[in-house]
Amino acid sequence: MKTRGLRVASALTAGVLVLATAACGDEGTGAADDGAVLTLWTRAATESVSKAYADAYNATHRNKVEVTAYPNEEYPAKLASAAGAKSLPDLFAADVVFAPQYASQGLWADVTDRLAGLAVKDRVAPSHLKAGTWEDRNFALPHTIDLSVLLYNKDLYTRAGLDPEKPPTTLREFADHARKIDQLGGDVNGTYFGGNCGGCVEFTLWPSVWAANGDVLDPEGEEAKVDSPEMADVFALYRELYEEGVAAPASKDEAGPTWLGALQSGNVGIAPAPSVWLDTLEKKGLELGVAPISGLTGGESTFVGGDALGIGATSEKVEQAWDFLAWTTSDEAQVEVVAKNKGVPTRTDLAENKYSSADPRTVLINGLVAKGRTPYARNFNVSFNDPQSPWLQTVRGALFGDAGKALADGNTAITKSLQQG
Amino acid sequence: MSTTTTSPPSARTGPPRRQTAPAPPAGRRGRRLRALVGAAYAAPTAVMVVLFFLVPLALVAWMSLNRWPLLGKPSFNAPANYSGIAEDELLHSAAWFTVKYTVIITVLLFVVAFGLAVLVQHRRPGVGFFRTAFFLPMAVGFASASLLFLGLLSDEIGPVTDLLAEFGLVDGYVSWTSGSPDSALASAVLLVLWRFAGFNMLILLTGLQAIPPDVYEAARVDGANRWQTFRRITLPLMRPTIALVVTLMTTGSLLAFDQFWILTRGGPDNSTTSLVMVIYREAFIRLDLGSAAGISVVLLAVLVVFNVIQFRVLRRRSS
Repeated sequence: MKTRGLRVASALTAGVLVLATAACGDEGTGAADDGAVLTLWTRAATESVSKAYADAYNATHRNKVEVTAYPNEEYPAKLASAAGAKSLPDLFAADVVFAPQYASQGLWADVTDRLAGLAVKDRVAPSHLKAGTWEDRNFALPHTIDLSVLLYNKDLYTRAGLDPEKPPTTLREFADHARKIDQLGGDVNGTYFGGNCGGCVEFTLWPSVWAANGDVLDPEGEEAKVDSPEMADVFALYRELYEEGVAAPASKDEAGPTWLGALQSGNVGIAPAPSVWLDTLEKKGLELGVAPISGLTGGESTFVGGDALGIGATSEKVEQAWDFLAWTTSDEAQVEVVAKNKGVPTRTDLAENKYSSADPRTVLINGLVAKGRTPYARNFNVSFNDPQSPWLQTVRGALFGDAGKALADGNTAITKSLQQG
Repeated sequence: MSTTTTSPPSARTGPPRRQTAPAPPAGRRGRRLRALVGAAYAAPTAVMVVLFFLVPLALVAWMSLNRWPLLGKPSFNAPANYSGIAEDELLHSAAWFTVKYTVIITVLLFVVAFGLAVLVQHRRPGVGFFRTAFFLPMAVGFASASLLFLGLLSDEIGPVTDLLAEFGLVDGYVSWTSGSPDSALASAVLLVLWRFAGFNMLILLTGLQAIPPDVYEAARVDGANRWQTFRRITLPLMRPTIALVVTLMTTGSLLAFDQFWILTRGGPDNSTTSLVMVIYREAFIRLDLGSAAGISVVLLAVLVVFNVIQFRVLRRRSS
């Protein structure tokens, strides 16, 4: 009697499972969407986007993605500890400039063959794909894109007698606008930059070098070119702005944490900043304009930053993790999750979409992806972003000390750091 | 010459403990049983020490002789991780800074902690309040305390600069934690003094209170003034306690990390980068675990030398 009862229960359960699987058949990809729980780690800066992706995926799939975010500064150490303990999460995102290092260390699983079978592979942001490549093998896909742009305060433009619909088109013009706004006096400053933050400076100043057809790094990421005349010109301009008091005095010590807060105050006229801050700043009541970062005498470029996402090398759910990773490149994810939340799509063919057309500034930002660059170097973090990096010493010297010596010595030190095994 | 930490049993008053304990079983079997019971008592601690100190220590030593990737097989590369230390300029400046910081903090912290201990040594009305107040910062986690100081000293959100400006002591924008190497170091020193003075005061206080009052009384009868009493009685009798406190201070300072990691980020211009910060950078930024282990082993050797010297002083004085 008992056995018969069990058989009936088993048959019923099996029937329910078959029906459930059939119902999900449209969205899932069979075995890869088998109800697995996937862990995804990300840094705090990317948390909201990662969670939005996960929520949308979880709503239409049997797999469940659980997002855990860590403070930005602690995140690389957290990943290294997890790798050392062979307990990496199923998926983890990383600052795209750190991707070559993680790929070279084998922290992500090799997805070359899977990527080759992805229909949209040629339409995924190429600079991000390159960053997740090591020795011609692919390890990561773009997860979020963050671009550097000029954000300017339209109220301060009007008060200073400038046309808020005419942002600067050259770096010199940017400096002139900043000077004019600074003359308003009081708490108002012409501009602001992160003078004690290697990552902030590369993100905001390198586009001006690229726009002038200069370079800061060779394509292999083993030779620094920060002593180029283009880089020296850009440093000289920011140095002048600081010495004249046009840039807020706090710019010298800005290490990153209070950068957004300084712009939120509404007392800064025009400053290069991450495009993702546009929405945050406007929610604080600021009316902002957006312009591309230009070179000294023209041109425009941007630093294509953001995060790359890959499958943890120690994960045992590679099929299911790839199902999520591949889904993030779909139209559904890029338009209904990223574009709808005013983000930059990681697919170049979706730069113009039904949401972007509502705001011309979004069209401008999305269009910059094709003109920008993502620098590639295996030792990027240790050479440029780390507070003890030779790049930060170079920046400090170029902006506040002996500029010529700082750039020459810095170039040697950075190259040595880039080539270190 | 006796203190609470070193006094021989014969100096204590009251009946000896052995009289109240049950008589041990006689003969060889009894001795063996006692030895086994003793070993059983010590076993949990011994297991903990082996598991969480000796094994990791051996692993670090072995790691320092290898190229140790995060994933994958390590490969023997000795002595590359040690020879690299000689060429690392950041490490040299960090070593110099750490020694400088250790000297400054040991002297200042000792003076402040001893001063506080002397102030609250005697039972007087309200002394309990001051003892608690001086010890209270110890209840705040060190990382939290560092963040608290970062906020307090911030020109953007903190009240310190505004307060000083009210009194006309500063003018305009001031960056305490990263404006100049000296002000950055001073901010960290201030934080450590605030956080640890009370704790060291407590240890010194126990030493002070262990000095028998009769000795002071005899000195007074002999006509010794306050300075002479302090110089000739308090200081010599406090030596073992002082050696302990100074050992704790130097070890803690040579391993400084939190205060600089949070408060100054090692800046400005690497001027407040400590040795442990360099180890962290090697391990978690460069992902070179072998090199990080090499520096750790050298730092450990330095600490062992320091501690051996301290213990020798401690033993000589207490014997």
